[in-house]
Amino acid sequence: MENSSDRPSPQGKKVSLFVTCIVDMIYPDTGMSVVSILEHLGVQVDFPMAQTCCGQPAYNSGYHNEAKQVAIQFLKAFKDAEVIVTPSGSCAAMVLHEYPVLFEDDPQWQAEAQRIVSITWEFTEFLVEGLGVTDIKARLAQPATFAFHDACHGMRLLGLGKAARTLLGNVENATIADLNECEVCCGFGGLFSVKMPDISNAMLQKKVNNINASTASTIVTGDASCLTQMNGGLSRNGSTKKVRHIADVLAEGLTEERK
Amino acid sequence: MKVESQNFIPAAQIAILNPNIQEAVTTGTRNSYVKRNIAMSTPTLEHGEAMRQQAAEAKRRALRNLPDLLEKAEANMTANGMVVQWAQSGAEVCRLVVEIAKKHDVHLVAKSKSMVTEEVALNDVLEAEGMEVIETDLGEFIVQIGKTHPSHLLAPIIHMTKPEIRDLMVKELGMAPTDDAGEMTKFAQAYLRHYFLEADMGISGGNFILAETGSICLVTNEGNGRMCTTLPRVHIVIVGIEKVVESVKDYATLTQVLPRSGTGQVMTVYTHMINGPRQAGESDGPEFVYVILVDNGRTKVYETDYAEALACIRCGACQNACPVYRSTGGHAYGWVYAGPIGAVVTPLLVGLENASPLPQASSLCGACKQVCPVNIDIPRMLLELRHDLVERGETDKKWDIGLKLWAFGNQSPRLFQMGGAVARFGRNHVLKNNLPGPLGGWTDYRDFPAFAPKSFHQLWKERQAAKNNGGSSNG
Repeated sequence: MENSSDRPSPQGKKVSLFVTCIVDMIYPDTGMSVVSILEHLGVQVDFPMAQTCCGQPAYNSGYHNEAKQVAIQFLKAFKDAEVIVTPSGSCAAMVLHEYPVLFEDDPQWQAEAQRIVSITWEFTEFLVEGLGVTDIKARLAQPATFAFHDACHGMRLLGLGKAARTLLGNVENATIADLNECEVCCGFGGLFSVKMPDISNAMLQKKVNNINASTASTIVTGDASCLTQMNGGLSRNGSTKKVRHIADVLAEGLTEERK
Repeated sequence: MKVESQNFIPAAQIAILNPNIQEAVTTGTRNSYVKRNIAMSTPTLEHGEAMRQQAAEAKRRALRNLPDLLEKAEANMTANGMVVQWAQSGAEVCRLVVEIAKKHDVHLVAKSKSMVTEEVALNDVLEAEGMEVIETDLGEFIVQIGKTHPSHLLAPIIHMTKPEIRDLMVKELGMAPTDDAGEMTKFAQAYLRHYFLEADMGISGGNFILAETGSICLVTNEGNGRMCTTLPRVHIVIVGIEKVVESVKDYATLTQVLPRSGTGQVMTVYTHMINGPRQAGESDGPEFVYVILVDNGRTKVYETDYAEALACIRCGACQNACPVYRSTGGHAYGWVYAGPIGAVVTPLLVGLENASPLPQASSLCGACKQVCPVNIDIPRMLLELRHDLVERGETDKKWDIGLKLWAFGNQSPRLFQMGGAVARFGRNHVLKNNLPGPLGGWTDYRDFPAFAPKSFHQLWKERQAAKNNGGSSNG
């Protein structure tokens, strides 16, 4: 588990946003939510235009060479970054846990990979553990009930979960309810959902049933990929429930003035 | 046992469509998983995580010293009056058992639960030699009368519903129909009683071999293990070489995490410490105790980077925690060991080429590692096995090409954005909600979202341009 104390304090430093490939193409508004929250907190945000993907799809399929080629592009894109923040526990875990493996015996890139590892943060842990912010002074226009789905990589590789609950718990008008088996995988697993769609779907159906049984109308999670899987299943099953990214829910609360 | 792991995907689909398997496996795994979590954490156990780390280190230390510990165990077991034999292959295990059985004129064999004997298909061999073999663990007994295989490390019939078990017992054993599990158990108990009393030879596995004292430790819940290891004249322990641990102290740690992780029990109902045959003046116990130390591919694994997989104490916690196993059950994995640890050890023991779908049978969610009492990094080993498949060229060509193209596109910011634009157009205007080719399985079950009209790259560019032109920062 990564510990925030392993990394130097990011306070007062400019943040380079790694938006992730899926947010870039499908959910760019989520990226903008991250920007608006960070700027609201007085953080200077920069977006390196040369960024693409972290390389995880190839890495998790066993294609280390291909993953490395993409990871090198990541290192190049963020060569001037002081701090990297990303709205994905899974992509953050790829950088924090797998880049040291991928570049272990690479004299050219190992040092830079280590530097990148020491400055990379998932979005919610960056706010709470990096900046020490637990309340972004947000307020929702209408009372709403939320429940969390703990995305696997963030929870098990980075120890995430508490930070997002703390942040949302402090948003006015937001109530947090339980989601049964919130710690069980939604069945996405990247290319797993493509290579073994029947099994992935069997896992998804259990998640859909649990979401439908929850008193929350909105499920909150920290990864756009799991969100895609869950919303894809919910909509195909005709559910009225939606899964939203934590950054979008928090940012929505910023448009309201808090008393 | 015949290896059918290449057939994993269709076998899994059959299991997914079987409502009995779904009901039985979901309920069974969930119960054990919930109990495990309670048993391993406060207030039940204050330092569960520390104990897990201690257990992990005990097994790692044992593995580091494996050759020495095995020799020490052999010497001490021999001194205790046991006959220790080594078997390199499954065939050798069977040959040794048949030899012992013939030597002692054995006709009836009572077996306690043992996964190693499943590996080597011992029952078939003994039956071919004219012996009668009876499985005495209740679950294994049902497996035997149903002519199938165990689907879980601890709960061999976790895939069966109670009515299915009832019907099988009515049909095969003439049991009077009942839905009371207690009645069914009593019937089996009475049925098995005379086998215990008549058996000439008992066969058991072993949970731990204690090198320090030359003891075999066996934990069970039904008491059948005690009957098999004490009533017959001859007792054979068939145990994998990776089961050796250094000391009583290490055993004391491991025996706490094993039942907690497996069934959520603080301790099993029975714990046997077998220290040799009946001694002069003792009123019971077998006259002969043999220990067959089984390799069957384990030293080959020991020499690789996957040696850590040998730390497994066969508790089944990873199976209970795994959302894939919960959906497919164990038989789909096509060999003795199912679930996350099976997805690792099956390719290692039977060859990656004979079990190539198994390393892919994981969303890499990490639940297995989280509950593993000896902290085996199963997700990392699955990743490494996937890498081995790529290195050996044993991958589907469509992924080779697809990921090469993908990597090419993702190395260049310009190609990345162009690729995004093509994907956007394709999804939003051509394919709609039907992904093409190998991606098609996705949209069979789920809706795929539309791409945003503008990528974040574009939005950011426009925002910066607006800023530079003196526009608002919300631009």
